[in-house]
Amino acid sequence: MTTTAAPAPAAPAVTREAYRDRLIPLLGTDPRLMCLDTDTGLFGAAHIEAAGERYLNLGIAEHNLMGIAAGLAFGGRMPFVNTMAGFASSRALEAVKVDIAYPALPVRIMATHGGLAAGHLGPTHHALEDLAVMRTLPTMTVVVPADAAATAAVVEQSLDLPGPLYVRLGRKATPAVPGDEPMVIGRAQRLREGGDVVLVGCGPYPVAACTEAAGLLGESGVSAAVLNMHTLSPLDTESLCTAASGASLVVTVEEHWRSGGLGGAVCEALAERQPVRVLRIGMPDQFSDTVGGQEHLLDHYGITAARTAAAVTAALEAN
Amino acid sequence: MTAAGPVELRERATRVREHIADMCAGPEGGHLGGAYSAADIMTALYFDVMNVDPARPDAPERDRFVLSKGHAAVGLYATLAERGFLPVDELASYGRPGSRLMGHPVRAVPGVEAATGSLGHGLALGCGFALGARLDGRDSRTFVLMGDGELQEGSVWEAAIGAASLGLDRLVAVVDRNSLQLTGPTDSIAAMEPLADRWRGFGWAVQEADGHDLAALVRALGTAPWEPGRPSVLIARTVKGRGLPFLEGRTACHYVTFSARNHAKARAVLGRSRKEDTG
Repeated sequence: MTTTAAPAPAAPAVTREAYRDRLIPLLGTDPRLMCLDTDTGLFGAAHIEAAGERYLNLGIAEHNLMGIAAGLAFGGRMPFVNTMAGFASSRALEAVKVDIAYPALPVRIMATHGGLAAGHLGPTHHALEDLAVMRTLPTMTVVVPADAAATAAVVEQSLDLPGPLYVRLGRKATPAVPGDEPMVIGRAQRLREGGDVVLVGCGPYPVAACTEAAGLLGESGVSAAVLNMHTLSPLDTESLCTAASGASLVVTVEEHWRSGGLGGAVCEALAERQPVRVLRIGMPDQFSDTVGGQEHLLDHYGITAARTAAAVTAALEAN
Repeated sequence: MTAAGPVELRERATRVREHIADMCAGPEGGHLGGAYSAADIMTALYFDVMNVDPARPDAPERDRFVLSKGHAAVGLYATLAERGFLPVDELASYGRPGSRLMGHPVRAVPGVEAATGSLGHGLALGCGFALGARLDGRDSRTFVLMGDGELQEGSVWEAAIGAASLGLDRLVAVVDRNSLQLTGPTDSIAAMEPLADRWRGFGWAVQEADGHDLAALVRALGTAPWEPGRPSVLIARTVKGRGLPFLEGRTACHYVTFSARNHAKARAVLGRSRKEDTG
């Protein structure tokens, strides 16, 4: 078993704020960029003043947001559009599909409150289908940065990315990813080496759960590799297959329904290329019916390191 | 701009209708009724009002046209062909395997600015075009043609609020008020009136015109914006299927696949119109 000696992780930070704070100065240097808001409250007076005419609050109208962004992109602009993940991927989906993805326009859909980040606000504000929905759209790149530093990197890399991009962001401070492997859109990060099982995570808490679970498993003699599969489309199938080579089990951990998201993408890729048993940890097939913050809900629904480690142990014992 | 005279405009509109009839005699048929109600509007725009150049379909300073009622694709293809954006002969490929002329407009066709077909999308797109032009300091205008049934889509009104809030006065919407939708009279399905007041209430400058009076269309659309700081909407009163008396105003003209006999009948009617056009 080998492990990577990781530097101390950065302090928890808010990915949506990291995005905002990287975008605002870029507005002043890249004339293509626009920031289109739907009254999300993410941008304060100082941000708006700094952005000048590049910032527009279009009101609570997500279809209109996507349509205007498409029209601007047809004219050579690169709009960053702002709404919650649930609204971007459900309410405004048809405009995203027809007006943005179909003509492959470089619109950046910055979707906050991803997964269970809205916490006690409930299922109307949870986004647990967004990754499944977005990754089925041809031309759409789908990324879930696992921390603030990765989010800033995604914003920078998006400036050279053709076609549309969906970025799932959080709401409150979330853990930082240990290690110093650079974030590159489309390339999975190998956070830990291991040969028995592969833990694949997506998003701040799932990636943290994977690394913690790998530590727990290591204590009981199970060697677990950890992949941060931050890009769901296009999926880094090569890294996945390389990591899974020789492993008897792959476990996916995500803040998403168990169908269609990371687990679905991993199963599709492995079933076609390199069949291996896959366990999917994610939101059970139900709408949340309990009150609590994001961490409480993750714990309540079993999207945790302990559950991940236990699932691996049980599966290996059953073999 | 071609500054076509009234006789030429009338001839062009008849030819556009002939092309549409021919496409609707193809294997798949087409949305003839809404294409005919909009044929004079598109003729006025492409042969007089709009600054477009078939030789330079991507010229940055061009005016933009979005066919938000994308099911009238046969009308757009016919108009673009008649205007020189694509060969008239190519229209014969409509509905046939391998053709680039899909049943709803696609950007592969020269002159098509945006793929449309799902109703309620064009006005927000038009807002984006108009906003981009304003930010770039371009003078171009953006024209968005919507159906009246389409106004039942809520997204139209999101965009209507947006355009007025942004003060997009180079944005010009046209409502093809043919008062019929797929299964019957528009106003029997959803209350549409008072339509002009509704648009005024949303902050738009509003005019109404006979949507088959080419001179009136040119006058209204050519002089937009009508009020500084406000987007404009022309409510064009039209007749679905206008030009073929045996189909005009009938629900059945929404989608037509002509038999050889009815195609010949349509062509004969349009041929007589042509003679009248040229006096």
